[in-house]
Amino acid sequence: MAVNVDARGLSCPQPVILTRKALQEAAGGGEVVVLIDSMTQVYNCTRAAEKLGWQATYDEQGEVFTLTLRK
Amino acid sequence: MKRVSGFFASRAGIIIVGLVLGGLAATLQRLGNPPNMGICVACFTRDIAGALGLHRTAAVQYLRPEIPALCLGAFVAALAFREFRPRTGSAPIVRFVLGVFAMLGALIFLGCPWRALLRLAGGDWNAVLGLIGLAVGIGVGVQFLKAGFSLGRTYPTRTLAGLAMPAVMVALLVLAIYYPSFAPKPATEAAGQAAASAPAPAALFLSKEGPGSKHAPVLYSIGAGLAIGFLAQRTRFCTVGGIRDVILMRDFHLLSGVVAFAAAALAMNLIWGKFHPGFANQPIAHTTHWLNFAGMALAGLAFTLAGGCPGRQVFLSGEGDGDAAVFVLGMLAGAAVAHNFLTVGNTVNAAYAVVIGLVVVAAIGMLGREKLPVAR
Repeated sequence: MAVNVDARGLSCPQPVILTRKALQEAAGGGEVVVLIDSMTQVYNCTRAAEKLGWQATYDEQGEVFTLTLRK
Repeated sequence: MKRVSGFFASRAGIIIVGLVLGGLAATLQRLGNPPNMGICVACFTRDIAGALGLHRTAAVQYLRPEIPALCLGAFVAALAFREFRPRTGSAPIVRFVLGVFAMLGALIFLGCPWRALLRLAGGDWNAVLGLIGLAVGIGVGVQFLKAGFSLGRTYPTRTLAGLAMPAVMVALLVLAIYYPSFAPKPATEAAGQAAASAPAPAALFLSKEGPGSKHAPVLYSIGAGLAIGFLAQRTRFCTVGGIRDVILMRDFHLLSGVVAFAAAALAMNLIWGKFHPGFANQPIAHTTHWLNFAGMALAGLAFTLAGGCPGRQVFLSGEGDGDAAVFVLGMLAGAAVAHNFLTVGNTVNAAYAVVIGLVVVAAIGMLGREKLPVAR
């Protein structure tokens, strides 16, 4: 699985900024994978992605959340 | 694969929690906290700095139990929902400096963003200048962030490091409840007056008059603080984040909670006859419009670069975020600087503080722009 954005350990709103950038670059659609490390960022990045018309799901493994965005 | 769900993540959740928080803040005013200051992270941290003797402005010295309770409420919520994550390492000293200048700016306005909303809800139109300044500061901060500003990553750390700030807050709470004073009791009235003019070092200072002397009963303050901390941790309630997300991506989720907070406080004020509209003669406020604006612009910029409003920094410190804890300590130090250097209540000194603060924080914003590796 290719990771497009590694936003682990970054403060608000940097994960959102990086996620939006990645989604705008993949404007046509596809799959974008984002690594983050808190539920706060899961919520924030999900809202940012849904705003741009993407669907978000996440998986939690230990300290890391993998957010998968699809359009 | 899970989808984001649950009450606290929903629009209804943040609005209802915003209403509860605003209602609790107005209730604390009713119970004795200073007017339009049911909860103010800046003012209360300043009062704690005074209680600890870090500044000697006699009118603002009280160990406000709300601040430790806010942190511990968030701590409990984080533990209960497995979100307590000890982490640190993202430029703590820069965060300390941002905390200092955020505090200088907020105290020039006389309030944190929460109090700006409570002042607005009480009819204090000076708050409008502060809120416009706050939005401008956040807008500039967003531009730095878009240009690549970052304080770097935090990394998971020892549980010990995450527990440090909640432990400090427990100690403060114990002090707030027992309020020890080692000052000798004056034998005569004359000796009492002499002691009042040259106060002996005491364990804790306590205002006899002024805002510091006004407070709700300690247990109510603690109860409200714990509830607010718990709910804010669950919803990630953040005033700066509310404005920032609108500027950044036209997202009104957090802002809807912020508006609900102000609306609930306004409703309670109307019911209790505490809504007094106007610019002049507002409680714990001044009418120097440009300083209300510029002070909050400085604070808004510093909060944005640090990642959230002062309340949010307190909650994050309860979740184990050591860097947010350092920001909070920076605010405590900033309160001491503000009162010892008389940047509060002195227009000339305040003007110097705003200019120096804007230069320093803008320099941090410029120097912190790095091309972040998108994947590490």
